[in-house]
Amino acid sequence: MTEEITMKKIDTFAEYGEAGPAAETQVEARDFSLFYGDFEAVRKVSLKIPKKKVTAMIGPSGCGKSTLLRSINRMNDLIPSTRAAGEMIFDGHNIYDRNIDVVTLRARVGMVFQKPNVFPKTIFDNVAYGPRLQGVKNRQELNEVVERSLRQAAIWDEVKDRLSANALGMSGGQQQRLCIARALAIKPEILLMDEPTSALDPKATAKIEDLVGELRKNYTIVIVTHNMQQAARVSDLTAFMYEGVLVEFGKTRQLFTNPENPQTENYITGRFG
Amino acid sequence: MRLETRKLLDKAFSGLGLIAIAVMAVALLLILAPIIWRGSKAFVFKGTIEHRRVMLEQFGRGNAEKYRAEAAEVAAARAPVYQMLNDFESEMKGMERSERRAYKKPFREVEKGIKVLLGPIPGERMPVLLRQQYGQTRWDRTLVKLHEVLYSEEWDYSNPEAMGVLVEKPRIDLFKGTKLEPLFPYLEDHIEEMMRPKQTFYWQFITDTSKDSHIFGGIWPEVLGTLYLTLGAMLFAIPMGVVAAIYLCEYAKEGRVVSFLRICISTLAGVPSIVFGLFGLAFFLNTIHVSDSKSVLAGSLTLSLLILPTIIRSSEEAILAVPRTYKEAALGLGAGRWHTIMSVILPASLPGILTGIVISMGRAAGETAPIIFTAAVSVGAPLKIWETLSQPTPALPWNIYNLCTEHEAVDEIRHVQYGMVFTLVAIVLLLNLAAILMRARISKKLRG
Ligand SMILES: Nc1ncnc2c1ncn2[C@@H]1O[C@H](COP(=O)(O)OP(=O)(O)OP(=O)(O)O)[C@@H](O)[C@H]1O
Ligand SMILES: [Mg+2]
Repeated sequence: MTEEITMKKIDTFAEYGEAGPAAETQVEARDFSLFYGDFEAVRKVSLKIPKKKVTAMIGPSGCGKSTLLRSINRMNDLIPSTRAAGEMIFDGHNIYDRNIDVVTLRARVGMVFQKPNVFPKTIFDNVAYGPRLQGVKNRQELNEVVERSLRQAAIWDEVKDRLSANALGMSGGQQQRLCIARALAIKPEILLMDEPTSALDPKATAKIEDLVGELRKNYTIVIVTHNMQQAARVSDLTAFMYEGVLVEFGKTRQLFTNPENPQTENYITGRFG
Repeated sequence: MRLETRKLLDKAFSGLGLIAIAVMAVALLLILAPIIWRGSKAFVFKGTIEHRRVMLEQFGRGNAEKYRAEAAEVAAARAPVYQMLNDFESEMKGMERSERRAYKKPFREVEKGIKVLLGPIPGERMPVLLRQQYGQTRWDRTLVKLHEVLYSEEWDYSNPEAMGVLVEKPRIDLFKGTKLEPLFPYLEDHIEEMMRPKQTFYWQFITDTSKDSHIFGGIWPEVLGTLYLTLGAMLFAIPMGVVAAIYLCEYAKEGRVVSFLRICISTLAGVPSIVFGLFGLAFFLNTIHVSDSKSVLAGSLTLSLLILPTIIRSSEEAILAVPRTYKEAALGLGAGRWHTIMSVILPASLPGILTGIVISMGRAAGETAPIIFTAAVSVGAPLKIWETLSQPTPALPWNIYNLCTEHEAVDEIRHVQYGMVFTLVAIVLLLNLAAILMRARISKKLRG
């Protein structure tokens, strides 16, 4: 019964090898909580995000997906009065330890935001921003990084003739792919994407989804989405959150076709959320 | 609300808006038009042969050959005047003592009037004061002075009920039947030959130094002083203001201290400028002795304090208006706070910051009170750049005020005063224009 309804909605699944959660862990949350003042937006979440896989986060609005995602590169630090509890392990260290250098952490964990947020600079300067930060000055080297990143983000052909044009002149979909290129240029180990296609039309969305499929070969990707189809299409693993709690986490096909938790089932079949 | 009412309201509002704009435009015109009209007379006027003589002798400007030829013709036209004066003096010698006495005073007045009009009488000893070495340089003043030679002014108190009335009496009546009688019609008829008015475009008014406290020459020391003071103030205020704004927006933790600081800054913006002037005197000159006497340095520092609040507040607003997403993007790429500010936040807020700078630059250029005690003197030479550290300077706002309150012969040089006002307004407008263009270019670059 459940399977039928679900299968009606979801028709394509990402095809990945059978590595699953057993694969090597990239980031691990251990009883991780995040507070906005007194409000606990993420509640004692424990999960292991595997290397070189796409992990999707789904759940109703306000359930803490973005908060959890932004906890992975400590973007929440920007908001005053946030507080973390528990551990978030990356590369053997709890990134909330006092002696962690946030700047280096963020250079290793790239992020793509919900709305494309290109700098009001040229396309080239946007992509070269990260490498320049890391001290790359050589023009040749910069050119290479920029081209490689733009190619990886599948936008090279569209912009190669106008690298010195202002990035704000591009379409929304192009801007988002430029943001991805910019994030890739710092050669991150993890790429966090917070609803990267919610501001885009279907065509641009399809391009980004294809891109995620490409990028999973080399990067660990965590993607937040409201689009069930999208989660199914692009992800290897899916985490379902509800009111700050991680309700279910598992292989995407399994979670969608045979969820263990009735809440998950309800959400997927569209009975709430 | 019904559609009709909404439409009516919309119309009423746009009507009001248009009226407001029109009123402002008219007000601006009413203010600017006289400034431009009168100010332009310092630059464009009918100059007499005396003006050309001043230019040649004092500023080494003009064609000496041509001047000499013209001067010869003028001397010929003036010769009868001096002849008549001479003749009358000899005539006086032959008069009886009492009669001579009666003529003596009026004659001296006429003689003096002619010296003022045409310059020193040839052959007499050169006066020491520069202003007495030349006649009237401007045609409009020439006509006024001619009138003073032709008519004497007397107060008529015959009606004890009313106030005294000023009456003009033709001087010619005093000299009826003497050898001086023909002088008056001659002056009236031949004034053009004697003065040779010619349309003159004296743009060097801005770049010439003044001679004999603004009687001749231009206003370069004032212009330069104003530029020094304004740019000096900017030199201190821009870095301080922008850094303070960055600190308040990006580094300071919101709390009591920051709120208190903000209140202080707002209060500072409302402090009367004369208080800043006194503070500048008390602090920069008397306490920390930035220079021994008034100086451009002290004035610039005082002015910079005056405009600091404006710069801080406008910069703060500009920085806060930068989309948060830029900051997130930069930090997300592993930029530190400082680097985020320098590479993303400042460039994006530059147009806004520039606007604040523009406004305060105009203010600094025009402020009088803060420089009275700290930087301004009425007369001075143009300063070399290193002299600004220790020397006071004339400056347009102060000298405009000073000319009309303290200059001993301000009526003679109204054109200088108007010229200064014109120049000050022009400088402020030009500075603003430059900054507006710059701002437009930058925001165009940002927008793509
Ligand atoms: N800056 C903040 N200050 C206080 N509370 C916040 C802040 N940002 C988010 N929250 C709260 O934390 C909870 C989780 O927010 P979060 O943005 O993570 O939700 P989300 O799952 O990403 O929702 P959406 O799908 O709408 O993006 C929400 O209840 C929200 O109201
Ligand atoms: Mg969200």
